[in-house]
Amino acid sequence: MKKINFILNGEKRQIYVEASDILLEVLRQKMGLTSPKCGCDNGDCGACTIILNGKSVRSCLIFAIEIDGMEILTVEGLSKNGMTPLQESLLTHNSFQCGYCAPGMILSATELLKVNPKPSVEEIKECIAGNLCRCTGYQPIIDAITDLTK
Amino acid sequence: MPIAHDFDYIKPATMEQTIELLNQENKRISILAGGTDLCNMLKNGFRVPDLMIDIKALHELNVIKDNNTDIFIGALVTFSELINSDIVKEKLYILWEAAHKVASQGVRNRATMIGNICSAVACMDSAATLLVHNASVHVKSVNGERKIPVNEWFVDNKKTACLNNELVTGVTLEIPQKKYASAYEKQMRYAGEDLSQSNVGILVQEDKTYRIAFGAVGPTPKRSLKIEHFLQGKELTDSIIAEARQMIETVIAPITDVRSSKEYRMQMTKVMFERGLRTAIERLNNLI
Ligand code: FES
Ligand code: FES
Repeated sequence: MKKINFILNGEKRQIYVEASDILLEVLRQKMGLTSPKCGCDNGDCGACTIILNGKSVRSCLIFAIEIDGMEILTVEGLSKNGMTPLQESLLTHNSFQCGYCAPGMILSATELLKVNPKPSVEEIKECIAGNLCRCTGYQPIIDAITDLTK
Repeated sequence: MPIAHDFDYIKPATMEQTIELLNQENKRISILAGGTDLCNMLKNGFRVPDLMIDIKALHELNVIKDNNTDIFIGALVTFSELINSDIVKEKLYILWEAAHKVASQGVRNRATMIGNICSAVACMDSAATLLVHNASVHVKSVNGERKIPVNEWFVDNKKTACLNNELVTGVTLEIPQKKYASAYEKQMRYAGEDLSQSNVGILVQEDKTYRIAFGAVGPTPKRSLKIEHFLQGKELTDSIIAEARQMIETVIAPITDVRSSKEYRMQMTKVMFERGLRTAIERLNNLI
């Protein structure tokens, strides 16, 4: 067991982890955050996406022990003070059905909009290409993000 | 899925310490950079290390350095960093293109090119670039440093020339001193996560020398000197290209797997070869 310190959604946290603990499982089971989901568990689906030091990453492919000293943002932290314009837009467009892909989609798009506030439809598609959604056919999600660029 | 066995984790602060740690014959050691492959290998039990060495504190490996005649890319540089690098976009366009085609944004933000060539699955995206730029792989151990030409690096599917006690610190890619242009073609089932069914890298120079690399269509990615010699000095007319296309049947050995049949791979490789060659020529003509 090793003690790690990190910032989770703006708060300092400290926990003990084994070297073999996967970050996704630690977030869900030890930290009680359920927005990152386990879809495929091997990096393909994007459901486990979190923002680590400002970049979207797959928490199912990260060892918890690696994040000592880093900063994590999940949807819980993102909407701490109410929904972001992106989330509002997704809601207006009825973008999700079951919602399993939603946290990953939101965080991937959040990262994109931060570096590129007016992405083209192509760039939006490229950004969420690794976030799989089995319900919506993607169009309402793309529409909601596109709407923000107008 | 939890990882079924325990191991030690160390994140050394210096290169010397890392090299020392690696020099333990009685231990199975895994090196961690981006971890996007390693994590899966551990979950699946394909790797069962006693010790995992996280090299992310070795900041000297997080560089892209332009030395004019060559460019060094360190072991910690991620695919996203390659995409955002002006040096890469300007001088290693084929790598810039290939990096965009690696998995997804969330993976590219972590995964490194060096990790890609250390995993050495035959379908990797980086190999074609390295082959056409005559790259050499830098490795370090207690016995010193050596540079391995990339055509000797890939030994077999998932096997490289790296020894157990060696750390890969980066690669040097040669920059041709004549005008040149390159192109990368990848065939996959869908964007976002898929591995190559086949890929082709092309580099053409103004003196009509050609470098051609194939990936995912044999146990290791490789250059085809046979086709290169055939094309050498020639103007690429439709009939020359058709002839070169036909030669592909004798130089690659694709297999059938979950991603596609060998017949499909063969056919697509020919199509991509022609497309890549024409794209590269067009890019070169725009430069001249
Ligand atoms: S659960 Fe991590 S990418 Fe699917
Ligand atoms: S809304 Fe169900 S997976 Fe996307």
